[in-house]
Amino acid sequence: MSQPFRLPTGGRIDRSSPLVLTFDGRAVHGFAGDTVASALLANGVHLVGRSFKYHRPRGVLAAGVEEPNALLDVDRGGGRREPNVRATVAEAFAGLAVTSQNRWPSLERDLASIADRLPPVIGAGFYYKTFMWPPKAWVRLYEPLIRRAAGLGRAPDGADPERYEHRHAHCDILVVGAGPAGIAAAMAASTAGRRVILCDEQAEPGGALLHDQTSDIDDLPAQAWLADGLATLARRANVRLLARTTAVSYYNHNHVALVERLTDHLAEPPASRPRERLWQVRAREVVLATGAHERPLTFPDNDRPGIMLAEAVRIYINRYGVLPGRRIVVATNGASAYETAIDARRAGAAVSIVDTRASDRIGPELDAARAAGIEVLAGFVPIGSKGRHRVTALRVARLSPDGALPDVPDARDLACDCVAVSAGWTPAVHLFSQSRGRLEFDTARDAFLPGSSVQAVRSAGAAVGLYDLAACIASGARAGAESAGAPVPPAVHATPTLTGFAPLPPDLPLRLGGKAFVDFQNDVTAKDLALAVSEGFESIEHVKRYTTSGMATDQGKTSSMATMGLVATRRGLAVPAVGTTTFRPPYTPVSFGALAGQSRDRLFDPVRTTPVHDWAAAQGARFEDVGSWKRAHYFPRASEDMAAAVRRETIAVRGSVGLFDASTLGKIEVVGPDAGRFLDLMYAGIMSTLAVGRCRYGLMLKEDGFILDDGIVARLADDRFHVTTTTGGAARVLAHMEDYLQTEFTTLRVFLTSITEQWAVIAVQGPKARETIAPLVDDLDLVDAAFPHMSIARCRVAGVPARLMRASFTGERGFEINVPADYGRAVWEAVFAAGRAHQIAPYGTEAMHVLRAEKGFIIVGQETDGTVTPDDVGLARLVSVKKPDFVGKRSLRRPDLSRPNRKQLVGLLSDAFHEQLDEGAQIVAHTGQPIPMTMLGHVTSSYMSACAGRAIALALLADGRHRIGETVHVTTADGFTRATVARPVFIDPEGNRVHG
Amino acid sequence: MAETSSAARSAPLDGVAPLTHPALLMRPLPAATRLSLRVTVGAPANFAALKGLDLGGAINTWTGAAWTASLAGIHALRLGPDEWLVLAPDGDAEPLAASLTAALSGRPHAIVDVSHRFASLEIAGTAAEDIVSAGCPLDLDARAFPTGTATRSLLGKAEIVLARTDDRPGFRLEVARSLAAYVWDFLAEAARDVVEN
Repeated sequence: MSQPFRLPTGGRIDRSSPLVLTFDGRAVHGFAGDTVASALLANGVHLVGRSFKYHRPRGVLAAGVEEPNALLDVDRGGGRREPNVRATVAEAFAGLAVTSQNRWPSLERDLASIADRLPPVIGAGFYYKTFMWPPKAWVRLYEPLIRRAAGLGRAPDGADPERYEHRHAHCDILVVGAGPAGIAAAMAASTAGRRVILCDEQAEPGGALLHDQTSDIDDLPAQAWLADGLATLARRANVRLLARTTAVSYYNHNHVALVERLTDHLAEPPASRPRERLWQVRAREVVLATGAHERPLTFPDNDRPGIMLAEAVRIYINRYGVLPGRRIVVATNGASAYETAIDARRAGAAVSIVDTRASDRIGPELDAARAAGIEVLAGFVPIGSKGRHRVTALRVARLSPDGALPDVPDARDLACDCVAVSAGWTPAVHLFSQSRGRLEFDTARDAFLPGSSVQAVRSAGAAVGLYDLAACIASGARAGAESAGAPVPPAVHATPTLTGFAPLPPDLPLRLGGKAFVDFQNDVTAKDLALAVSEGFESIEHVKRYTTSGMATDQGKTSSMATMGLVATRRGLAVPAVGTTTFRPPYTPVSFGALAGQSRDRLFDPVRTTPVHDWAAAQGARFEDVGSWKRAHYFPRASEDMAAAVRRETIAVRGSVGLFDASTLGKIEVVGPDAGRFLDLMYAGIMSTLAVGRCRYGLMLKEDGFILDDGIVARLADDRFHVTTTTGGAARVLAHMEDYLQTEFTTLRVFLTSITEQWAVIAVQGPKARETIAPLVDDLDLVDAAFPHMSIARCRVAGVPARLMRASFTGERGFEINVPADYGRAVWEAVFAAGRAHQIAPYGTEAMHVLRAEKGFIIVGQETDGTVTPDDVGLARLVSVKKPDFVGKRSLRRPDLSRPNRKQLVGLLSDAFHEQLDEGAQIVAHTGQPIPMTMLGHVTSSYMSACAGRAIALALLADGRHRIGETVHVTTADGFTRATVARPVFIDPEGNRVHG
Repeated sequence: MAETSSAARSAPLDGVAPLTHPALLMRPLPAATRLSLRVTVGAPANFAALKGLDLGGAINTWTGAAWTASLAGIHALRLGPDEWLVLAPDGDAEPLAASLTAALSGRPHAIVDVSHRFASLEIAGTAAEDIVSAGCPLDLDARAFPTGTATRSLLGKAEIVLARTDDRPGFRLEVARSLAAYVWDFLAEAARDVVEN
């Protein structure tokens, strides 16, 4: 296997499981346990992508989630393709196909890289300056151009074939990060039996211990201590350890969202296995052991492939058994990179160190390096690099004694194939900041550290700027123990860690030519930031948006401190005076799938169906969505279209009998000694005088006097009413009534219970309605004298106990049979069978709409829109003038609500018999007037009415009742048409049919 | 009048096959009597032993005889300060309502038959907690949600009533009948990784 940069031994990879993946179609060999990045580096591949703006060649910079460069398109097979995946996070498996992005025609020869050599036109604020003018160019030129250039990868175009799940979880202590501090925290927290969740974003928990080959902890090698710790935690039933799980967002009340990745590392995952699981954890206490990110050095051409973070080089060597170069220059301003140098030397590389600190400022690491045979150039700084697709030399110069000026003329080139850079460490305070905790700048550590907490959260380890192993473990143990109220375990002994660094003057790169990158992913240079400050941008938030520094998908994990340092220096301020930008969720990118979870396809939203639904479906009904309900829209026979079906259904109702599923109507049982008084307050009409066994139609108003809902109030007993609402208003009306009961009318002894779903409602309407149901009804005399229009009685229908209403929304004799919902289907079928003798027709919501419009009955939400009063729709008679109070009464007296020329409900008859007006069309008096014309109202409902023999419409028209007989003009798609204003009733204006 | 009829009943989860797995049993439960009982409580102790029904339990608990997810006797699930969902075996609605009415006479109250408003299912087994957690934000651990707990909550976008009936792992779940298919499908989807492996 050709892995020229794979070390012969070592690492945590499984050398017994070789694998082959492809990169831009070429085979790349690796082992199980590799990431895509480690496999590429083992094969000597450093050039992996082109940068965002300048299309500069880029290589792997990091070994973790902070990676800004190595973003690849990953195809896991079976439609599992994803762009912009960090090669340092993606786990390798056989058959994985990864592709570079943002290059054409090939990664090596990218034509757009000419942008890098153009005059500096795409610096800071490029978009704001360039795409200002002329406005028309935005639509035709700029926006398409920007859209094409924006982003690196190509979004998948097929549906996501994978499953996603959500889980809620609760625990006493959530520990984020399973490095030395997190392990110690979880150990200490779980001893007291507390419920602990420990999550870690990597495939293996362990953090920095996974690449520590030299430290001992309590006389155990670090990795053995780790293995012991993990085994102990695994044995504890009160600990849930989640690997490959990133804490992405920290909300109020210690509500933390985690994303667990379950299948991205598998070639052939089980079909049932979710790709990702979004955990919503509610934790009593949180311990953040999130570690720190290393900073790259800022110098011209610091982005050449082969220039990597020093700790990343160490990770590739120790954890993956990969030597990223054979001649490695370690360029650093601190101690930790010396560990990289020593480990690289031991692995067989030729290593030299360039330390920006003067030799008298360097700690014990200097002797350690020299003892390992490593040359150290102290007091030198990198000022450039050479190479094309891979670094070939690092250019370094001696720093002036004050550390501010490099001696450029005397610079020298250090030949190399890899540069390991370190400019110190930035604690990962993202989640702490999201928790609204205060960040405080620590000058000694040159970093923002967690200050006072707002929530029950503690931070530990490198996340609080502790870089010594024993100190990390101690702080983790303390945080865990304190969170659990458990005793703090005794301190451990560990090999001292090489720590400490001395920041360089942030403006040093500005004294050199070329592009010194601060934000690699968004291609923001030190000069861009200086330009922004010189153009007057002072706030770090403004500089960030103007330059886009820190606004890429890595959210500036490697660049934030360099950005702040540079802005502070240019403004002559200290870093804390400039402040830090806000850390926002998510910590790393989250897939839409994880956010959606199970809520897709049929689970996207509940689909509510009635007890009669399956029967209607079997009859071939077409359904329409009404809220989350499916309601039968119409019942086409054979080749009928909707118009033909509705025509037949309406004729059947007026001619004989029709059957309608009204089960979705909202229903509320109002019970209590004060039920009548309460309903008097809730409805505009009077309800307390209703006799037992009688029904009354009522309007419910809002406080503002406008119609909220309508329905039938039926009295079952002195203290018990059965109230109906519109389908869409069911929940709203119950909440409205509860609200008044609990806040305004608190002394009334009334209870409200939703019975919408208790009762299936079967409406039987038409001149033959009584004949149809009579044979099925027991215990009740249906003759008009005994059971007139607007009556209710308990009886049996088809043997089932029922609440039978005589009510009509069609203008025909009608009954509404309420039966317990489990019996709805059977009773429906019994009525249908009984109606065959009368050619009974099931009808849908469309025919229902036509039938009620023929009678001028309003539909709340169609004839009303929240600004319509009872009088506007001709229902002033339903407003009691006697009642001392009801909701909306005061508002109805306001001048605007009682003025005479408000828009009023009228009928409209188009001049052409069969011309159906458009619902929503505007109405004007005459068309000769200048634009904008005076609009008098609009069409609210419009249908073809078979029974009226013409098109009919309802409209709200200014002063409409005085315009009856007048001609008005109604807008159409291409002009106006003429219509005559009429009374809003087109059938049986005397209303005789409803009584039989 | 007693609720007996020759007409066929059809419930929302009719014909749904139970999910069975060593770690999971999910099955629709048979028809039941359900009464919504509303009564303003002066002192809960007043209600101890009301026609065999103990209304003195704390909010979000149930009282009654020992039961499993299937109904044995009468159980009162206290869902609010003045609200109980009374569960009893199917067919007992009328006599139960009558005896409660008699016991509460003179005290403002409401008893409403909501037997058909809900469908119910049992989800039991060691995986049950985890699967309900796919859509329910409550802490379902037996320490936080012990036997005797009964509460309103959410499952995904559906309102549910969830009760831990006995010490075996699992729950009885009540849901509005029109949302029963959604709830069943939601749980079945969440259970796939358990059931199919």
